[in-house]
Amino acid sequence: MKRDPLGPVDPANLRVRELNSHQLLRGGELLGANAPAHLGGADLERHVEERVLTTTLDKAVAWARSNSFFPATFGLACCAIEMMSIVAARVDVARFGFEAFRASPRQADLLILSGRVSIKMAPIVRRIYDQMLEPKWAISMGACCSSMGVFNNYALVPSDKFMPIDVHVPGCPPRPEALMHGVLKLRKMVQDDPDMGWRERYGAQGTEEVLAGPQTAAAVNLAVEGDTAGA
Amino acid sequence: MPDATGLELIANEVREKEGAQAVVETVFFREHATLEVAPEKVGPVLELLRERGYSFMASLHGCDYYPQEPRLGVLYELLDMSAVDRITVKARVSTEDPHIPSVTERWPTADHQERETYDMFGVVFDGHPDLRRILMPEDYEGHPQRRDFPVGGEPVIFTFNEGPPTRGPR
Amino acid sequence: MSEYRRREQSITLSPLAEQVEGQEESLTQELLTLNFGPHHPATHGVLRLLVTLRGEIVQDIKPIIGYVHTGIEKTAEDKSYWKAIPVVERMDYLAYHFNSMAYVGAVETLLDVQVPKRAQYLRVIHLELNRIMSHLVWLGTSALDLGAISMFWYCFREREKILDLFEMSTGQRMHTRYMQVGGVAEDIPPGFAQKLRSLLDEMPGRIDQYGDLLNSNEIVLQRLRGTCPLDAQTLLSLGVTGPLLRAAGNPWDLRKAAPYCSYEDFDFKIPVGTVGDNYDRYAVRLAEMYESTKIISQALEGLPEGPHITEDRKVALPPRHELATSMEALIHHFKLVTEGFRVPPGEVYYPLEGPRGEYGCFVRSDGSSKPARVHMRDPSFVNLQAFSHMARGAYIADMIATLAMLDPVLGGIDR
Repeated sequence: MKRDPLGPVDPANLRVRELNSHQLLRGGELLGANAPAHLGGADLERHVEERVLTTTLDKAVAWARSNSFFPATFGLACCAIEMMSIVAARVDVARFGFEAFRASPRQADLLILSGRVSIKMAPIVRRIYDQMLEPKWAISMGACCSSMGVFNNYALVPSDKFMPIDVHVPGCPPRPEALMHGVLKLRKMVQDDPDMGWRERYGAQGTEEVLAGPQTAAAVNLAVEGDTAGA
Repeated sequence: MPDATGLELIANEVREKEGAQAVVETVFFREHATLEVAPEKVGPVLELLRERGYSFMASLHGCDYYPQEPRLGVLYELLDMSAVDRITVKARVSTEDPHIPSVTERWPTADHQERETYDMFGVVFDGHPDLRRILMPEDYEGHPQRRDFPVGGEPVIFTFNEGPPTRGPR
Repeated sequence: MSEYRRREQSITLSPLAEQVEGQEESLTQELLTLNFGPHHPATHGVLRLLVTLRGEIVQDIKPIIGYVHTGIEKTAEDKSYWKAIPVVERMDYLAYHFNSMAYVGAVETLLDVQVPKRAQYLRVIHLELNRIMSHLVWLGTSALDLGAISMFWYCFREREKILDLFEMSTGQRMHTRYMQVGGVAEDIPPGFAQKLRSLLDEMPGRIDQYGDLLNSNEIVLQRLRGTCPLDAQTLLSLGVTGPLLRAAGNPWDLRKAAPYCSYEDFDFKIPVGTVGDNYDRYAVRLAEMYESTKIISQALEGLPEGPHITEDRKVALPPRHELATSMEALIHHFKLVTEGFRVPPGEVYYPLEGPRGEYGCFVRSDGSSKPARVHMRDPSFVNLQAFSHMARGAYIADMIATLAMLDPVLGGIDR
């Protein structure tokens, strides 16, 4: 049985090599018969491969990002109840690390659009998506926001029309397991392809809105003295 | 339910109090009584029915009777809780002059429901404290639930009308 | 400023006559209008509230709705009567059997079709299971709003069992299209009765557990007892029905007052509150869950034999095995699936008692195979008008608790 492709091993020699390997990684003095013979070249590479987990920084960050989505609490209609079901005990989203639903979009990075998006709600959804920080992803849960679903009429907007969606989950409403499948697909997508920013993903460079010139009109949300009406 | 004779008695009472033009029609269909009245007499008729015991307004909704004229109908479902009796009061207005007096003052439940009828059908309730659109965006044009308003929606994509695939995530 | 913004700012507030009393210093107090936007963790859906505050005390609330308006009533006019059932079902998404039952009941009244007894009992079983499920979701999310976060998991654990039963009988967890014109879609499969019995055996114990957790909890008592009461007379004038009205002392329940669908065969009580504050609303709904379990066990024990849908082939699809042998069955099937049945012209309003109050479905038929008007009188839509009356003069936290006890479901409000 071949245990060591380098040949038969002398136990004493092996022990010295192991001690030296520790010294090698710590930058210390080498001992024994091998000093000053360091491991070099292919030996060193093989040695490091056997003992140390290597990766690129991108992949490590992508792994961390994909395993810790913070979904935004964005329940719109019936699909929201099934989204609550994935937080519940049977299909437990905490197994994967996604149970931290953040109410504030500033702290969230995954927008699960669960339910029908009406024309009154669409600009608000877009505003919430814009308020989220990069990198952010969106899952369109259910038939109503992915396509028009059961209701193909004047009151709804398919979510693809106003925001980039990464995963569409079909169903009316999708079972919690189906939504979980969608979230895990997104996780795999993020793990494999560590891209930053939806503008790169969708080729939407150049869609940034830059206000030209000095701003003269007051911002919409500036408080005016004595004005308490409206929102 | 007031049966057919009971409905006729109520209709006669309304005619006596409000004039012969107040009652347009009485319908007794599937054990349920409907009293159709002239639009301007809606308030007094509801008060008359309240005195007779129908003190709970279950629903206020509109209906478009296209192509029959007058097109827009407003229906008031009243309930008598002690006798467990229901009666419907109907008033129809045309699209040219869709005005009907509001009953919100005496029946506070009519507030949101009249706004919804205005939003969906365009029936203007005179005297309503705050008649704005409630379900559609405030600056929406058109009254969606009229019969001649298109259903709308997106075209369903089949192979004959699908375009080039839109850019998705790489 | 755009026209829209200008009009938005002209929303009139109710008259405020209160002055700050006993203040020597000229401390001017401004009223703050706070926008609880449609995206908010505590508003049970996309409800927008414009709350006018004096400090922390609520002066007025203006709800703005329509953020999940789906045009369901308009879509239902576009489909045949059979195909409109799944559309109408999706209005109040926690009480889908009630939505479809109201619509189907209205169509049956128009058609003058008799529903077999077994179908009525099956309908009652599913309606009451749906009522329990709706109250469980309400309890879980309301406790979540109040801060009792673990209730959410307990309530959803029971909800999963009920959804398993729905999946057994219809194949779908939510929006099951179980109610059909003339009866129910399918008979219950073998094993359903046994699973339902085991659920009914453990359900009262579970409700006791929820009661143990919340009933004497100091925080729940302080937040719910005595907060935001409203008397029955005002509620009646605002059109409020359901547990809110029963909490205020009025025992109006359509299941007892005007029984439909064989409810007169069952023996159950109506829980009624005394004061009409938030604690009574909570207690009434909790007690209703017990009563619903009683109804379901009586319906299950007394389930009669018979067809699960009317035998009138002009209205209900023939069973599939007949299609291979009978030509008439094939023709009926074809006609029903393509055009659908025609309904004689008329208007009907069919009310029933749902978990939030009176669900009524108004159907107008013009003689064709598509409804000419479908309107759902949704209880949440009408109950929301009482919200500002309830929360006036209370703190913001009480307002949130009241909203939780109001149990609004935005799908029903916006339709």
